[in-house]
Amino acid sequence: MADVWARLEPHLASVQKPARYIGCELGAEVPAPAPHRVGWLLVYPDTYEIGLPNQGLQILYEILNERPDALAERSYAPWTDLEEVMRREDIPLFSVDTHRSADEFDVVAFNLSSELVFTNVLMCLDLAGIPIRSVDRTAEHPLVGAGGHSTYNPEPIADFVDFVVLGDGEEAVSEITEAVSAWKDGGRQDRQEILRTLAGIEGVYVPSLYEATYLPDGRLEATRPIDPAAPEKVEKRTIADLGEWPYPKQQLVPLTEVVHDRLNVEVFRGCTRGCRFCQAGMITRPVRERPAEQVSDMVRQGLRRTGYDEVALTSLSTADFSGIEDVVGAAMDDEVGCGNVSVSLPSLRVDAFTVGVAAQIQKARRTGLTFAPEAGTWRMRQVINKLITEEDLYAAVDSAFSQGWRRVKLYFLTGLPTETDEDTLGIVELAQRCLELAKAKGHKGSVTVSVGGFVPKAFTPFQWFGMNTEEELRRKINLLRDAARSKKASNIQLKWHDPKASLVEGLVSRGDRRLSAVIEQVWRDGGTFQEWSEHFQLELWQKAMADHGLDMDWYCHRHRTEDEVLPWDHLSAGLHKDFLWQEWRDALDEVGLEDCRWTPCYDCGACTGYGIEHVVASAVPPAGGSQGTGQDLQRGGEVPVTLLPRRPAGVGA
Amino acid sequence: MKARVRYDKRGKIRFLSHRDLARVWERTLRRSGIRVAYSEGFSPRPKLSFGLALSTGYESLGEYLDIDLHPEAGVTPEELPALVSPHLPPGMTAQAATLLEPGTDSLQAAVTSSTWQLEVLGPDAAEMRGAVEGALAAGSLPLTVERKGSEVEVDARPGIVALAPLDSLDPDGLPADDLRAAATAGPLLVAELATQPRSLRPAELLRALDPAWREGRVLRTHQWTTVDGARCEPIPFGDLGARAATSAPHAGARAS
Repeated sequence: MADVWARLEPHLASVQKPARYIGCELGAEVPAPAPHRVGWLLVYPDTYEIGLPNQGLQILYEILNERPDALAERSYAPWTDLEEVMRREDIPLFSVDTHRSADEFDVVAFNLSSELVFTNVLMCLDLAGIPIRSVDRTAEHPLVGAGGHSTYNPEPIADFVDFVVLGDGEEAVSEITEAVSAWKDGGRQDRQEILRTLAGIEGVYVPSLYEATYLPDGRLEATRPIDPAAPEKVEKRTIADLGEWPYPKQQLVPLTEVVHDRLNVEVFRGCTRGCRFCQAGMITRPVRERPAEQVSDMVRQGLRRTGYDEVALTSLSTADFSGIEDVVGAAMDDEVGCGNVSVSLPSLRVDAFTVGVAAQIQKARRTGLTFAPEAGTWRMRQVINKLITEEDLYAAVDSAFSQGWRRVKLYFLTGLPTETDEDTLGIVELAQRCLELAKAKGHKGSVTVSVGGFVPKAFTPFQWFGMNTEEELRRKINLLRDAARSKKASNIQLKWHDPKASLVEGLVSRGDRRLSAVIEQVWRDGGTFQEWSEHFQLELWQKAMADHGLDMDWYCHRHRTEDEVLPWDHLSAGLHKDFLWQEWRDALDEVGLEDCRWTPCYDCGACTGYGIEHVVASAVPPAGGSQGTGQDLQRGGEVPVTLLPRRPAGVGA
Repeated sequence: MKARVRYDKRGKIRFLSHRDLARVWERTLRRSGIRVAYSEGFSPRPKLSFGLALSTGYESLGEYLDIDLHPEAGVTPEELPALVSPHLPPGMTAQAATLLEPGTDSLQAAVTSSTWQLEVLGPDAAEMRGAVEGALAAGSLPLTVERKGSEVEVDARPGIVALAPLDSLDPDGLPADDLRAAATAGPLLVAELATQPRSLRPAELLRALDPAWREGRVLRTHQWTTVDGARCEPIPFGDLGARAATSAPHAGARAS
């Protein structure tokens, strides 16, 4: 049935937040289907509120709709109440733009930002009437694709997707469109034919053209092509110049409240701070800055077009953007906002300079200020290469309390490689000192400490690390809880991520093809929306693992050796494996690595391998630039005496 | 300077909640380039006040919003609809706007009743007619409602100002773009329900008529207020609005 709306409408009054399902956003496209257009359904397999703001999906939506030979619409996972209605009433997965049924599209492509949404992919495919396993699909069915950060290790979903795009999708979607268009013109005969063609596109991985073999001890032997069309190694796609891609030009403005409900302008892509735990910082290299003038244009035009009164300058570390102050100033002075525009920098570098910028931009509405030291001691921060000195951290917090903030939020990881209890407890100690700084300013202040369990990810130096067990993570959280209960810590609010969810994230992040059966069983047993605490069920995963004879401990908690073949070794994020291994060794030796934007290249592979370069306007590190660049790292752990008269210098080193 | 704007809400957009509507209006006004006065304080917000909330899923031919314009806004209320409408989401149009004299009652205080069209799922036309006649003849109509967590019985009858099956009314007195074409799953009912002193909601009316009935499409066609003793809409719009101000279309079925 072409238009699902007529069947859906009578039920919308009885489900939660029905505005999720109506489309009608500013910027939404209502493209006319035509035989010569390749129809893409872009699916974010989580709720509308989480999925709508996703910039990756919106960029591809626009690029595809600008092409005369393509069209793109959007879909999001229906919440459990609507899913029940859809199954009862036989309503298929639909696009929110025109309420067409998913099976009318040529390509159904998923944006995967988290491993825990993998079971929702199966829910969406099944609602769409598409066989969940690619082997069961025929030429009539849409092609099923995936992209996004969580597809850098796509092996756990290898049985479900027809193709995966590694890296930036801006160029790849057009090449895929052309291939599918030719296949449609040729009568859309053989599904194998289009899969082979797709495998020849740079950045496109077709899992069914590879075979994984295992050693007697259960480790992977190799993942090899079984078809001449499939390359030995699939390299990620990287766009060289962000300035050529000023998207989204027509950012979607939702009618109902969503996360990140503001104008979002990406100021640069990639990060070379080199934090060893951070997958995003590793897989998105090199740094490609958007020209400052283009950023200002996008902010000005975006505010006018959308009516938003808030703009976020997004990147992995926005204070590093060359000329950040000018761009922020231009946004603040924008006449359309009548002085009521607020600017937010979602990821702040930790230093006083950053707080200065933050103070300037949060004149209108001053909320909390968030920093991510990630670890509680200098030693631990050297291991993870988050080279924030104590001096910078306390200067940042001191500056925040001086400039009127009352609430500071600090993000940390626990369960990091080589972490001792002293490192763990350093988190609360650090928060306590921040409170003392507030007290020195004559007010109470409050510090929120948010702790996540560390999950090792593919293509990071920690990909060999056996993650902490659930019990160990829980023990560390309890250490922190006890420490935060002391009188001195009375204004510390401690929040933590459920270690059970970290465990499953860890399982899937480094899993292999054998996990496809596990993911399928968890979905069949009702395990959808697994990143929502009210729906997450560890028991479903444990049972499915046991039923398939797989060992959770072996996947999650085992340290890998240098010679072990990893499930993503036939894929490449541009990083040399020996660079990652060296970084892993350096981490264990507590040796830091400087940011290569402003220091000589150490050849990680991301630039040299693809013949591209960093695009950074400033030849020198930003004013007040911290995190290891141009600093005397020997003194990293020293606590400045002037800030903290009650503590002796040198503590924490 | 304050302006009162009348607008409609039809089609898919009816699933937008009242809460979301406020944000949509704020953005629409900014997109239209109309400067609005902001509240003072820690978290300044544009000064907009909405009338009676329309339940999520209901449509309307006449909703109202009061806008406190910035002293330098540079627009007259009459210019507002043409400036705003192109920036509203599909299904919403600003129909008219008037200058609000200082001291005018707020919408919440001024509106005393609303006229509704309801698609009634359950009965056939004859059953519904019988129930309507019974309700109009009854001295009281018991209705169980939840108040502060406990169930209490109230009388729904005083809340019913007028009640009639739609097919008993003169079609010329009905809005052209009403539910007649869209809602065909059950007989249509026209009801004028009080909003003061206690409001009676369309769903409550149906429950009082027969607990087994369910509502299909629901459309608010008018909101009523009193100016100088005469019943009228806060902003009459179109021929029908003007006529309806002097003689209610379903006057024949008016309750005493």
